[in-house]
Amino acid sequence: MTTLAYADEQLSTATQSQRWVDICRQDQLIEDTGVAALLENGKQVAIFQLALKAQQIYAVSNFDPIGQANVLYRGIVGCVNSEPVVASPLFKQPFSLIDGRCVTDESISISVYPTRINDGKVQLLISD
Amino acid sequence: MSKKQHIVVVGNGMVGHHFVEQLSQSANAEQFEITVLSAEPRLAYDRVHLSEFFAGKSADDLAMTSMDLYQQWQVNFRINAKVDTIDRQGKTLTTQTGEVFSYDKLVLATGSYPFVPPIKGNDNPDCLVYRTIEDLQAISHCASKSKVGVVVGGGLLGLEAANALHHLGLQTHVVEFAPQLMAVQIDKPGGDILRQKIESLGVQVHTNRATTQIVAGDSCRHKLCFSDGEELETDLILFSAGIRPYDQLARQSELDVGERGGIVVNNQCQTSDENIYAIGECALWNNFIFGLVAPGNTMAKVAAEHLQGQSASFTGADMSTKLKLMGVDVGSIGDAHGKTPGSLTYRYEDQVNGVYKAMIVDSEQKKLLGAVLIGDTSEYDSLLQYMLNGIDLPAQPESLILPSNSDKPLLGADALPDTATICSCHNVTKADVITAIDEGAVTLDFIKSCTKASTGCGGCVALLKDVSSNELSCRGVEVKKDICEHFPYSRRELFDLIKIEKITNFNDLMAAHGSGLGCDICKPTAASIFASVWNEYILDKKHQPLQDTNDTFLANMQKDGTYSVVPRIPGGEITPDKLIVIGEVAKQYNLYTKITGGQRIDLFGARKEELPEIWRRLVDAGFETGHAYGKSVRTVKSCVGSTWCRFGVQDSVSMALFIEDRYKGIRSPHKLKFAVSGCTRECAEAQSKDIGVIATENGWNLYVCGNGGMKPRHADLFATDLDDETLIKYIDRVLMFYIETADRLQRTSVWMNNMEGGLEYLQDVVINDSLGLATYLEQHMDSIVGTYQCEWKTTLEDPKALERFKPFVNSDKPDSNIQFVEERGQIRPARPEEKTIAIVVQD
Repeated sequence: MTTLAYADEQLSTATQSQRWVDICRQDQLIEDTGVAALLENGKQVAIFQLALKAQQIYAVSNFDPIGQANVLYRGIVGCVNSEPVVASPLFKQPFSLIDGRCVTDESISISVYPTRINDGKVQLLISD
Repeated sequence: MSKKQHIVVVGNGMVGHHFVEQLSQSANAEQFEITVLSAEPRLAYDRVHLSEFFAGKSADDLAMTSMDLYQQWQVNFRINAKVDTIDRQGKTLTTQTGEVFSYDKLVLATGSYPFVPPIKGNDNPDCLVYRTIEDLQAISHCASKSKVGVVVGGGLLGLEAANALHHLGLQTHVVEFAPQLMAVQIDKPGGDILRQKIESLGVQVHTNRATTQIVAGDSCRHKLCFSDGEELETDLILFSAGIRPYDQLARQSELDVGERGGIVVNNQCQTSDENIYAIGECALWNNFIFGLVAPGNTMAKVAAEHLQGQSASFTGADMSTKLKLMGVDVGSIGDAHGKTPGSLTYRYEDQVNGVYKAMIVDSEQKKLLGAVLIGDTSEYDSLLQYMLNGIDLPAQPESLILPSNSDKPLLGADALPDTATICSCHNVTKADVITAIDEGAVTLDFIKSCTKASTGCGGCVALLKDVSSNELSCRGVEVKKDICEHFPYSRRELFDLIKIEKITNFNDLMAAHGSGLGCDICKPTAASIFASVWNEYILDKKHQPLQDTNDTFLANMQKDGTYSVVPRIPGGEITPDKLIVIGEVAKQYNLYTKITGGQRIDLFGARKEELPEIWRRLVDAGFETGHAYGKSVRTVKSCVGSTWCRFGVQDSVSMALFIEDRYKGIRSPHKLKFAVSGCTRECAEAQSKDIGVIATENGWNLYVCGNGGMKPRHADLFATDLDDETLIKYIDRVLMFYIETADRLQRTSVWMNNMEGGLEYLQDVVINDSLGLATYLEQHMDSIVGTYQCEWKTTLEDPKALERFKPFVNSDKPDSNIQFVEERGQIRPARPEEKTIAIVVQD
């Protein structure tokens, strides 16, 4: 499970090809909804902060592999059997914020990024 | 292992299909190899609901099976395979294309064809019948170039056909040889009331008319000449004068046939050749042909069981029937004409409301023999049970058909014996329903699929629901209507909780009544209810995470993630100056421009970050948001009305502007579309809208619950000749009642279809204030109207809200995956193969 503790573990075991990247200030996130961020490599990430999950921050790819558009941060967040998900705003498929799989079609999944807060900044662990 | 018996079924109508289903799904199915030969170009479809083809159902919607399903059932089949000859000695049959099939047992389910009376001139191309999907296609085609249509035959099917012509916009006549309509099923007084009702709907009925010939017309293409010298001009003639069994194959192969047609069968549905069965409308049992699907299905079952060596027999069938003809409820049970010697009749007639009920009882007034119900069939189910099960009548039998304020003895679901037939189409008894429930069917849908009950004509849905709910609640099973896994409530219950407990945000709602984080079903539903009840700014911090993406960015997301923008153009009226502004904005931001069906202009291809700038220009020019993104009131379409039009009788544009201004932005369970027409020519198409208003000489006619879209529904005429004030009062009440009681994403059309008591009930609530809610509904509407705000204006004044429109939280670069190409002088989204490939779009 991607918790803060897990993220810290990632940090301690981060290899040279992985590094923590600053994305934005935490106060730029909007509770229970998503924002999009652009990485240096051109990839887009959807970042969510869930009030009912102790303000945990989740980051997944912003690209909806079914609708083929960069829209996932605009989906509604919620849960399926208490697993946090974001529903694609195009065709409503729920994607797990924990492991990125499409809950209704497990053959499809999106990438997930470990997150942490460092000095008031939201950081993602990026593999180069 | 012994060789399989080869069963060949000729004909794949409803009954032929039912036989295939019975045999192939039986426990002994592996003993048989089944081959189906259909002369039609498609497999079995639902002919009972054929008229729904005109209401927008497709051939696929009506299909009862599919090639896939038959393959799954291991049933061989051929379509377009008309059988030419049977060789009874060699036990083979040959199709028109020369294919030969051998059989061990043969089942004839060839059905019937419409009888066309031998009238001179009946062979012209505008003479049609009403039996197959191909017939309906021909009618539709012919109607498109016709003004007047005549149905020859005033029976059940004839009236259904008349309804179809009426809906196709033809001036419609029904010509009947007998002195009354539906002479087989109902008595003369009932026939008279039915006639009045049908004529009041604009269909002319001519009884006692024998057509002698069809000749060229003067004002129309043709003219019917009657034996009494009268004539009737028409463009289209539809024969519905009864059916004749398809028995040619039986005649050729010298099986016994009846004097007036029909393949003679015994109680096991065997013909005079024991290896050949006949079932359905081609079969003649006891000198009688059953032209309904229920007895046909019973025959199919008997034949299938007999083939498996069981001792089944067909012993006749109940011909009772309940249906809605042109909006008029008609029911006929048992001996409707009181032909049983010694029988007595009770009659109730209400000419004010057009209701007629007759009840035929035995000489001792102990048992019900038959009944006729016109205009109100609410007692049909219980009367049918009295008749079928021989239940003793109450001391005062007449109380069963007298209006409901008298003490009507109720025949509840528990009172029915286990042998009571619930669904006569599929011969499902109360005991079958109980067995299904005992075996684990706990929802109505599940019970339907296990027992097949209510999947034929659908007339027993209410009864099945009663019996199932009663049985389920006896077992302590609650019938679930939960909106999603997070709230154990229906939308209507959530609405009441939010209102009564004055809950104003989702977190409080979740804490008090839900569990988990919510989802994309309950969140927007809650947001919509909050908006309907409290009407706060939808992008307020506490509401914004609940909104669908369209509401979040106050625009409509398209497939590539860009948005379309729809400014409000009330009533479709726009000044040249405003039109120029729209043109300039579209040009500046390079937007694809299209006129909508709701008389507005849609601007496509706006990036999220462009939306605030676009709207600033539009708001500065005096535009308001069009709410095209919301489940809310959209447009009020109008024609120019009496201001310009030679035919207009009221100022439809002013009324449309008033209505649009009053209801704009109101959040509702689903989108709402309105229209106002200035005269009966109906150029604004108000009858296809949720709320339709049509001008009359004396005021306005109000239509409600119409719908275009996926399942078109004609709006119901709700009230006539209203003054402005009453019109608005009624619309207020209808809308508010809908907003409070409808399910999530339920359009008004479906809401109406599911409403117990239907149109009359809604009229009672709104016009007669039967629930005492009228004042409350109006006040609630007033409070919403009084707190309207243009969401775009509010958003533009809020710098924090505008932050969210930036493309990325950490960059101002635009999304490189959004790319356009040009087509017909405007942009369109690039297809994947047209996109610049150097750009990384996914991982």
